[in-house]
Amino acid sequence: MGNYHFNFAIVWRYADKLFNGLLLSIELATLTIAIGMLIGLILALIELDGPRWARPLIRAYVEFVRNVPLLLLVYLIFYGIPSAVDLEYDATTSFVVTLSIYSGAYLVEILRAGLAAVPLGLVEAGKAIGLTPFGVLCYVRFPMALRIALPSLSNTYVSLFKDTSIASAIAVPELAYGMRWIEIQTFRTMEVYLLATPIYLLTSYAILMLLRLVERRYAITR
Amino acid sequence: MTIFLQTLPFLLDGLLTTLLVAGSVVLIAIVLGIPAGCALVFGPFWVKVPLRLYADFVRGVPILVLLYFVYYGLPAVQVNLSSMTAAVVALTAFKTAQIIEITRGAFQSIPTGQTDAAKSIGLGLMDRFLQVLAPQAVRRFLPPFINSLVDTVKGSSLVSLLGIVDLMLSLQQVIGRTHVALPVYLMGALMYFSINFPLSVLSRRLEKRFIY
Repeated sequence: MGNYHFNFAIVWRYADKLFNGLLLSIELATLTIAIGMLIGLILALIELDGPRWARPLIRAYVEFVRNVPLLLLVYLIFYGIPSAVDLEYDATTSFVVTLSIYSGAYLVEILRAGLAAVPLGLVEAGKAIGLTPFGVLCYVRFPMALRIALPSLSNTYVSLFKDTSIASAIAVPELAYGMRWIEIQTFRTMEVYLLATPIYLLTSYAILMLLRLVERRYAITR
Repeated sequence: MTIFLQTLPFLLDGLLTTLLVAGSVVLIAIVLGIPAGCALVFGPFWVKVPLRLYADFVRGVPILVLLYFVYYGLPAVQVNLSSMTAAVVALTAFKTAQIIEITRGAFQSIPTGQTDAAKSIGLGLMDRFLQVLAPQAVRRFLPPFINSLVDTVKGSSLVSLLGIVDLMLSLQQVIGRTHVALPVYLMGALMYFSINFPLSVLSRRLEKRFIY
């Protein structure tokens, strides 16, 4: 252990790889969470209030995605689908689609539980003051469901941020990819990890702390 | 169809490796994680702090980065592990942190009234733990633990990136040979699904039964 001579200077030269990588990781996480939330809200609503035949379809989607490794889904969409269908897309798009589908499956479960936990009296009160069904949804059910689901949502968001690292497997230049790239270019292994690991750690915690603040303000604990 | 029959033995070999990795990770992590989790709840201050730091540190970093760190990073300080050992070490480090958290959660979700009641009927520390807290903690431990088995099987697919021929890499190799991508991936997904789905269902059943 004592023989290792640290040399951060070489790694600093490529610091932009880490910085831009981090930015891309955060972008990927934000975008996929936004799309995933949309998928989650819509499907959760359909599962609760929609036609009966839609329920098994949604269950099949959720169960399939949740019980298959993310890496396999990433390969399936990046290599598998273009080989069978005449479609072309780059690695980043492909990963955004994959992680959105993946996050959607997790978020449906959380949001459905949230929607189901909205007290019936509130929904009736909404109807009683003359809100349309859409109004009840926008002003009563969604806001309440989000506030109830908030603690579970925060945990899922952080783990989705960490999951963006899997994009490096298809060469999307995010943080884990930048980390490996510098390592391979410079062989300053320890230095790269000593920089990249805290970046992940601090970002995960920053996200978590931010969400805890939101929770403290808005979460409804039953 | 013939391609499936021809490659099935090879894929099953990969699946065996996947299960071997996931199984050993879970076993080691239980042995390390449950006592550590109890120590985090009941232990003295100087035990709690390092455990807390460990659990938070490991869970704040992606598993992929842990894997790379153990396999590519540690040799720089003269710790050379084979890809298999490195994979098990990295995944176990993560799983242990998770089990520490699940154990802590299991104990801490027991109402304090239970401890007070046990004390008031004169049970000592050992009896309180064995007769009152532990049996209740097990019921709260099992559902999230079984759910985390699913995560372990899924997470073990990352070892393919270190060149271990698990189910994931077997699929890649079959595709490399045959140039049939989509059906092979779907078949692989089905194989992972058939391992994980029963576990997910079991976890949900237990949760329904134990939560009151």
